[in-house]
Amino acid sequence: MALFEAKDLHLRFGDRVVLESVSLAFEAGQLSGIMGPNGAGKTTCFNVLTGRYKPHRGQVLWQGEDITGRSPQAIARLGIARSFQLMNLFDEFTVFENIAIALPQTRARARNMVAQAYADPALVDEAQAILARVGLAERADDEAKSLPYGARRALEIGVALACKPKLLFLDEPTAGLGSDGRARLADLILKLKGSVTIVIIEHDMEFLFSLADQISVIHWGQVIAKGTPAALKANPWVEASNLGRLN
Amino acid sequence: MAPARTIPTITWAMIVVWLIFASVPLWIEKVGLYHYLGVEILIFAMYALAYNLVLGHAGLPSFGHGAFFGVGAYAFGLAQFNIAANLWVCLAAAVGAAAVAGALVALFISHRRGIYYALMTIAFGQIFWFIAIKAHGLTGGEDGLLKIERLPATLGVTVFDLKSNVALYYFVLVVFVAVSFLLWRIVHSPFGRVVKAIKQNETRARFVGYDVWRFKAAILVISACLSGLAGGLFSMAQASAFPDVMSLHYSGYVVMMTLVGGGLVSFWGPVIGAVAFFLARDIIGAVTTGWMLWFGLSFVVLVLFKPEGIAGIYQSLAQRRAKAAAPVVAPNSQAR
Repeated sequence: MALFEAKDLHLRFGDRVVLESVSLAFEAGQLSGIMGPNGAGKTTCFNVLTGRYKPHRGQVLWQGEDITGRSPQAIARLGIARSFQLMNLFDEFTVFENIAIALPQTRARARNMVAQAYADPALVDEAQAILARVGLAERADDEAKSLPYGARRALEIGVALACKPKLLFLDEPTAGLGSDGRARLADLILKLKGSVTIVIIEHDMEFLFSLADQISVIHWGQVIAKGTPAALKANPWVEASNLGRLN
Repeated sequence: MAPARTIPTITWAMIVVWLIFASVPLWIEKVGLYHYLGVEILIFAMYALAYNLVLGHAGLPSFGHGAFFGVGAYAFGLAQFNIAANLWVCLAAAVGAAAVAGALVALFISHRRGIYYALMTIAFGQIFWFIAIKAHGLTGGEDGLLKIERLPATLGVTVFDLKSNVALYYFVLVVFVAVSFLLWRIVHSPFGRVVKAIKQNETRARFVGYDVWRFKAAILVISACLSGLAGGLFSMAQASAFPDVMSLHYSGYVVMMTLVGGGLVSFWGPVIGAVAFFLARDIIGAVTTGWMLWFGLSFVVLVLFKPEGIAGIYQSLAQRRAKAAAPVVAPNSQAR
């Protein structure tokens, strides 16, 4: 049984069909990719999988349990975290607090109105460890909005990691990054690989082909191809969809 | 192990504010003012602090907070006439009634934010104000609820008579100290930090697992409770309760106090604002009846040029001085 499965998802916005019988399965421990041109429905698909939109038809299964149509916060609490293509940080918080607020320990104490939020050294350690993982340990006390773009990208992933996810969705983590930043991000994701199941949306083919165990190609709201990077390189459909130009 | 990140339980600012207020009865008449003004300032400072929990801390623009203040005022009087003429019972009634009103409003508006939140709070504020005016049998309509007594504070064997303005002032000060201390704790608690996170980014807060609706509802109810407490004290101070504190322009006053003082950037901003508001009323008001024109103009100027208010001006001055003296210190988002 796959860790996370989507069966036959359909979604319409008005009379526009955005997703049409999309079925995906992500195996535990793997790094899966979702690829496709702009406007293909990748982010919409993520939004359905993480509870932002309800599909009109189809099922979303987490460890075999039906979680279709649950709220984003309910899905997050199952251990499914996501990052965003357009960055979604707590801008006025410090880098440290962006992480600390997302930790399950903080969530467990969120009803507490009198104790101090970050007085537990173990919690601070935990947040620092996550910052170290995404390469931001030195910047813990900076305001999130003061970070340069690449560091904000890293923090975006850090916030998702702070949720202690079993499954991590990354929505175009390289968006807007130069080749340097991209290489650093690929490093970071390689380091995470294996310790957490990861699904990445990406239209940078090289980036995805070098990282992913298996890739699904979405075009016009449908999955047009699935397989290992090697298999996809040989797939005529992928080539026809104007994606297969690898140097 | 990394050191814990704690904030001081008692800060210098806290002690300074409390001490300044404690000394007020000693000199207020010598500078040509009067004791009752001090009572008014303290009550509205408490009200503005409670209000800022919603506006500054949660980023929810409520323009109908007068409803909660007024409900507290009426509840204090009605409890005194109908339940028991005991100070603690009446104050509890004020807090409880405001909590119910807050919960009722929260039920309808907690899925909103920004302008829609603002509009709905105005609508609810008007509903409460209208009820206060029309429910003659309950509230006395536009005549108000009169003959509310300043009940003595009974503490075990001792009893403090609060009939004089100075005695009442010190009683209100004790409540103010407790409320401001409680708010300081709430703002730095896990609950308070989550609310602050929701203010910055509701979507992200939801996707890290927080039920945004509940937090927004809870913060409104807490703020309503403490506003109601201030309202109860106010009806005791003026020995009556009138519908005007529930009107839209009275709700606007607390917004002005909070913004002018700098509630958006400072924990104590609303207190500064309340002081500025009443001093302007009495000092400019002694010269011209159109004092609101001048206060309103200074409000406009402040919002245009320094939306962070008086506390914001102070902070940038302090920062400039620090920059001249030492290398830049990293800013942090903790309320100061």
